[in-house]
Amino acid sequence: MENVLKMEFSALAENEAFARAAAAAFVMPLDPTVEEVTEIKTAVSEAVSNCVIHGYGELCGDESFAKNEAPTIVMECALEKGNRLTITIEDKGVGIDDVDQAMEPLFTTGDEEERSGMGFTVMQSFMDRLKVRSSKGEGTTVIMTKYLDVPGEY
Amino acid sequence: MEVVFKVRGDILIACIKGELDHHNAAPLRKGIDRSMKVFECRDLILDLTEVDFMDSSGIGIALGRYKKLSKSGGRICIAGCSTYIEKVLDMAGVFSIIPKEADVQSALCLLGGEEQLHMEV
Ligand SMILES: Nc1ncnc2c1ncn2[C@@H]1O[C@H](COP(=O)(O)OP(=O)(O)OP(=O)(O)O)[C@@H](O)[C@H]1O
Ligand SMILES: [Mg+2]
Repeated sequence: MENVLKMEFSALAENEAFARAAAAAFVMPLDPTVEEVTEIKTAVSEAVSNCVIHGYGELCGDESFAKNEAPTIVMECALEKGNRLTITIEDKGVGIDDVDQAMEPLFTTGDEEERSGMGFTVMQSFMDRLKVRSSKGEGTTVIMTKYLDVPGEY
Repeated sequence: MEVVFKVRGDILIACIKGELDHHNAAPLRKGIDRSMKVFECRDLILDLTEVDFMDSSGIGIALGRYKKLSKSGGRICIAGCSTYIEKVLDMAGVFSIIPKEADVQSALCLLGGEEQLHMEV
């Protein structure tokens, strides 16, 4: 079975709930466990909120925000080989200087009061594989893979 | 998301209901900080019993309140985490600095416990 969902939405905090609900609905036909759905929703929430917070910057007066007239996030969910779920989340924001450093637990460039630097760690522990591609000024792409615990359909 | 604030002496209990994400974190943080001030509370209990979704923004809320309260000599306790919420908070080592209790009642005992200890001696 092959199935794909691709959606593009405005980089707004109020769309975070929508994005994770869409990913959860996408896997629903496979009858996933409650844990699997929660893990997928949490990982999507981390990746999407990173695009909003860091990729485009929350402040409208922010330099990066002004450059992108209508900043959007693209999310693609793909199901292959019956149980392999790949979720790709992409922004065209500021990009990351040093991806390895960004992925370290507790590393954050955000507000110390609000951010804990645990987003990538959460994505890593809730999904089976995490790949981050980013270049300065071009944007960031996060690719997450999870093998769902369902009998494969070939 | 919805928050119900309750006051017991100088302890503020914030019962959070619904989804705790980046979008909801800012109003929640403001609500807690304002209520602490208005009700002149020293300690805080974050009741997560009815939270049905939480990402790393929840870690930020907990650690942020911890830092703020430490400065004023206040204490914080987390009550009623599900296994999943506990897992997320544990990834950041939250429980190495913030105690967790099964429910609000035990959290109240913990925060009010100091006086009882003194009387025993
Ligand atoms: N889409 C992105 N665009 C630009 N920078 C990013 C992006 N995603 C992550 N980063 C950078 O990587 C760092 C680490 O991200 P991570 O999600 O692990 O932590 P955080 O967002 O800072 O805090 P938390 O997720 O715990 O609230 C961020 O502080 C930011 O500097
Ligand atoms: Mg993050």
